[in-house]
Amino acid sequence: MFSQVVLEMISKGIRETLYMTILSSLLAYILGLPLGILLVVTDKDGIAPRVLLNRIVGIIVNILRSIPFVILLVTLMPFTRLVIGTTLGPNALVVPLVIGSAPYIARLVESSLKEVDHGIIEAAQSMGASPSQIVFKVLVPEAMPSLIMGGAIAVITILSYSAMGGFVGAGGLGTIAINYGYYRYQGDKMLITVAILVLIVQGVQELGGRLMRRSDKRL
Amino acid sequence: MAYHEPMIELVGLGKTFESKNSYVKALEDINLTIHEGEIFGIIGLSGAGKSTLVRCINYLERPTTGRVIFDKIDLSEVQDYELLKIRQSMGMIFQQFNLLMQRNTLDNICFPLEIAGISKRDATKRAYELLEVVGLTDKAKAYPAQLSGGQKQRVAIARALATKPKVLLCDEATSALDPTTTRSILDLLRDINKSLGITIVVITHEMSVIEEICNRVAIIDASRIAEVGDVEEVFMRPKSKIAKQLVFSGANHIESFVGEDKCRIIFDGRTSFEPVIANMVLECRTPVNILFADTKDIDGKAFGQMVIQLPEDETSKKRIFAYLETNKIPHEEVI
Repeated sequence: MFSQVVLEMISKGIRETLYMTILSSLLAYILGLPLGILLVVTDKDGIAPRVLLNRIVGIIVNILRSIPFVILLVTLMPFTRLVIGTTLGPNALVVPLVIGSAPYIARLVESSLKEVDHGIIEAAQSMGASPSQIVFKVLVPEAMPSLIMGGAIAVITILSYSAMGGFVGAGGLGTIAINYGYYRYQGDKMLITVAILVLIVQGVQELGGRLMRRSDKRL
Repeated sequence: MAYHEPMIELVGLGKTFESKNSYVKALEDINLTIHEGEIFGIIGLSGAGKSTLVRCINYLERPTTGRVIFDKIDLSEVQDYELLKIRQSMGMIFQQFNLLMQRNTLDNICFPLEIAGISKRDATKRAYELLEVVGLTDKAKAYPAQLSGGQKQRVAIARALATKPKVLLCDEATSALDPTTTRSILDLLRDINKSLGITIVVITHEMSVIEEICNRVAIIDASRIAEVGDVEEVFMRPKSKIAKQLVFSGANHIESFVGEDKCRIIFDGRTSFEPVIANMVLECRTPVNILFADTKDIDGKAFGQMVIQLPEDETSKKRIFAYLETNKIPHEEVI
């Protein structure tokens, strides 16, 4: 159906998309996970309340989350050039992807950790657990199934953001869909890239669900 | 029972919860001494402040006024990191068990040992010992979701005992369990009190739990202590209104029998074979109406109480009181 050149282009697109998504997800979690923990721990009902700090971090997270990703992408270009040396290609897109999704991940993590029954935290406190012991031995392990499910949601969100990078020449499936399908009216190429994106989303969601069920000892 | 040193002393303890526009006094002027090796009960209706009280003992709640002296240490004077260390010598169990759901039984019991920085090997060894104490050796690898309520509470007890605490705090530990399971958990608590000499503080709203295992009891009502004493004494002769209400649990309707003279007869260990009421009726030749009865047979002796409605005419009434006096049956008029 497609020529060898097109097939190679699509396969490169898949690789670039997966690369951007996986790398950005990892880096975004490195930022977002501690941020989410911070939001829970410093909450006024948290294990180490710091109301002012909690407010400030909360507001920064909300501001970053309210900026549309396309705007963030363009706004961050000077910063991206500073860090990566270019604003083109998958590596360049990783920068706005990480900055745009880390606050979202922080909120996902926050909501997962808040699901942990307060009684369990109280039990740990009654045994003399320090706040850091409570975070790493109680909150995170107890919330693991929910964190995994949140992880799948985050990866899918990053994947869909990465497709927007097509507008700024970031590479990946989004670029193919926009360059061929949108600018040149080649519907078949757009469809195939969209179909591949659908499959990736299905796969990630399915994998997330399986990992969650396997990790959850409450079932 | 011979008591040793005071283990927990509460001196003028008070706790006030403040929020933007409300101000709730949860505890006021609580003075209590709990001795080493005893099982001490704290009973009250819900909202009386008993849960706050037990949380003040291990400083999960910081008292607003007064002091908590645990094993001769004034908790208001210790640093936060010292407090964490001190809590390792106070185990606690809860109504909802509060086990780590993502850890199996063995790892739940190892948890406090991990916190205390004990090596994995020693912790596992200790956990197996404790599983034996609570009779759950075969459930070492089971997750909490696979256990019954009673089994979960046994795991929680094992976990609370892991660091060899001096005190075990039980916050409504049997309130989520059925009567049979409650009994077996109370038996277990009594056993570990005897075998380990651990001081146990039991918070409950059920008089039966107090009767079953406690040596002494404090009754808490509207944030204050209404009555403290040996369980038998409080049970036989409750002084405060709240104590009477709790002792007569299920007999709250007695007060609604207005205008009648009522008398409470206390069974303090007379032989169960002696038909006290029947003899009284025969001797006094006057019928009485039994309004409430709660007696039990322990080793052939009757314990408990009955509330009877006295006859209207004064002569019969006097005859009944005379009968009770001469036969040395403890009683009191209920108004």
